[in-house]
Amino acid sequence: MTPTGSQEPPRRVRVTSPRTGAVRRRVTGTSEIDAQTQLGEIYMTSLLRAQLRLAALVIGAVVVFIGGLPLAFRVFPDLMDTHVLGMPLSWVLLAFAVYPFLFLLGWLYVRAAERTEQDFTDVVERS
Amino acid sequence: MNSTYGLIAVTFVALATLGIGAYGWRFSRTTSDFFVASRSVRPALNASAIGGEYLSAASFLGVAGLALAFGTDMLWYPVGWTAGYLILLVLVAAPLRRSGAYTLPDFAEARLESRSVRRLSSLLVVGIGWLYLMPQFQGAGLSLGTVAGTEPWVGGAVVGAVVLVNVFFGGMRSITFVQAFQYWLKLTALLIPAMFLLSVWVGDGATSPADPSVVSGGVPGDLWSSPLTSASEHPLFTTYSIIIATFLGTMGLPHVVVRFYTNPDGRTARRTTLIVLALLGVFYLLPPLYGALGRLYTPDLIASGATDTVVLELPARMVGGLGGELLSALTAAGAYAAFLSTSSGLTIAVAGVISQDVMGRRFRGVRAFQAAAVVAVAVPLLLAVAAEGVGVARAVGLAFAVAASTFCPLLVLGIWWRRLTDAGAIAGLLVGGLLSGGAVVATLLAVTPSGWAGAILTQPAAVTVPLTFLTMTLVSLATQHRLPRHVSRTMVRLHTPEAVELDRGPWPL
Repeated sequence: MTPTGSQEPPRRVRVTSPRTGAVRRRVTGTSEIDAQTQLGEIYMTSLLRAQLRLAALVIGAVVVFIGGLPLAFRVFPDLMDTHVLGMPLSWVLLAFAVYPFLFLLGWLYVRAAERTEQDFTDVVERS
Repeated sequence: MNSTYGLIAVTFVALATLGIGAYGWRFSRTTSDFFVASRSVRPALNASAIGGEYLSAASFLGVAGLALAFGTDMLWYPVGWTAGYLILLVLVAAPLRRSGAYTLPDFAEARLESRSVRRLSSLLVVGIGWLYLMPQFQGAGLSLGTVAGTEPWVGGAVVGAVVLVNVFFGGMRSITFVQAFQYWLKLTALLIPAMFLLSVWVGDGATSPADPSVVSGGVPGDLWSSPLTSASEHPLFTTYSIIIATFLGTMGLPHVVVRFYTNPDGRTARRTTLIVLALLGVFYLLPPLYGALGRLYTPDLIASGATDTVVLELPARMVGGLGGELLSALTAAGAYAAFLSTSSGLTIAVAGVISQDVMGRRFRGVRAFQAAAVVAVAVPLLLAVAAEGVGVARAVGLAFAVAASTFCPLLVLGIWWRRLTDAGAIAGLLVGGLLSGGAVVATLLAVTPSGWAGAILTQPAAVTVPLTFLTMTLVSLATQHRLPRHVSRTMVRLHTPEAVELDRGPWPL
């Protein structure tokens, strides 16, 4: 979720000038980004932050739950003697259980990343 | 092992590869077809092709052999090769596709606006590609030797020739069909024999290979199945170094990266990667099974040092008779599919870089690509003949370490950190490339000392990857006056969905 995506945009107040006949330019988020205005930079930074936060979450889960396994086996050697369904626990985890876990993380990531992009699209294309 | 069935199987794979490639030749007309299949491959087909290309000799033969010889610690290789795709998915997949470049050097140049970074990246792509191709040709030689008793160089030459014919006439477009077919062939070639082997094993009383009473190669089963017991002096360091090299190295392999440019857009690039994760997860369930059963039925392979052939030998030994011969021929066919598909992908990637960056401006297009493909295959083929006897899985593992120490930092920082400068990238690539390259040379020449120095030299990633990240960051911060001029525009291009109409700067190609 981008920070700007959750709230309603402030209602625009039209201030009419004597030059009512002048052509009114539509100001959208995309033109702000194209012109590299401060607001445009804010749109881009918030998109990058949101996506990076998502990536960091997934990588954090991998580091803790998969990267932590060798350390866990070193710290708690008793784990090596544990058996599940007649197989050593280490084998069950590394040969079978880890693959569905990786896919699940990937699936959750793709859903969340696409939602972030949809929010970004909605925000910058709204005039 | 009866050589007739094995030869028939290998011939079938070679012919099927050429036949399916020929189907794709008809669609290959433009330069874009040759390089990136005109960026129009759908996720399901593309994911099968990526899986087919990625599962090399190391996955098909090496994992089972390593599991048989060294036990649980070696399972980190397949886990890392799969997790590497997850890391690639979350950090690189969509932005890399959106960068719109053909190759890794194209990306480096577009992001950092520097010809020097481009040249250095080209050098590294060719180096990593050849380091990865060499063991494919060697593995092919060994396998054909096992099934048909030929000289070691014959198998590699056959693979090189088939790859060249396909690349020559069809480029990326025809290779995509071939590789998609080869993923499913490889899966079948392990899955069907595995079902027969499991039923034999259950019929024999289903003894656990991890039982302390099962002693194979002088190692009792409980020690074999315990983690952190492998041959290394510092098992915890070695395990983490393998994890870092494989988790981070995947995104830096030239043949993996070039595939992302064949997706229509960033969103499909992500979906493709997710399907690849599933395909790899299914495939990697099987090789460890062969390794474990090998402890019960082919313990002599450990003593003779021929553990890499366990996938080829096990079906004939366990099932016996004509059925066993046919099942072994099936695994031989799968092994050949592995050599062909990985070599094809690497040849495309290396040839793309050579034709764009080495051949010069006057010599371009499809002709240059074909000439470059010949060079891309010939050099590692000669190396494979010259450097006989370097382990298949070891050379592949080193290629991952070099990729993790060079292109991973370049991609991650380039995509997510707008303050990266060309000077920082060059310094980082030099530090990572020279350190990991030095470790590769030392390992290949077998001059590694014992103790910590030896542990680091044989698995350098845990040291070289952090050093490269550090160098790139610090040198970039010290050279902020060299920031690329269009970095904001490039960030817009890398990260915004294609559906939004934005100024993304000039298209690089």
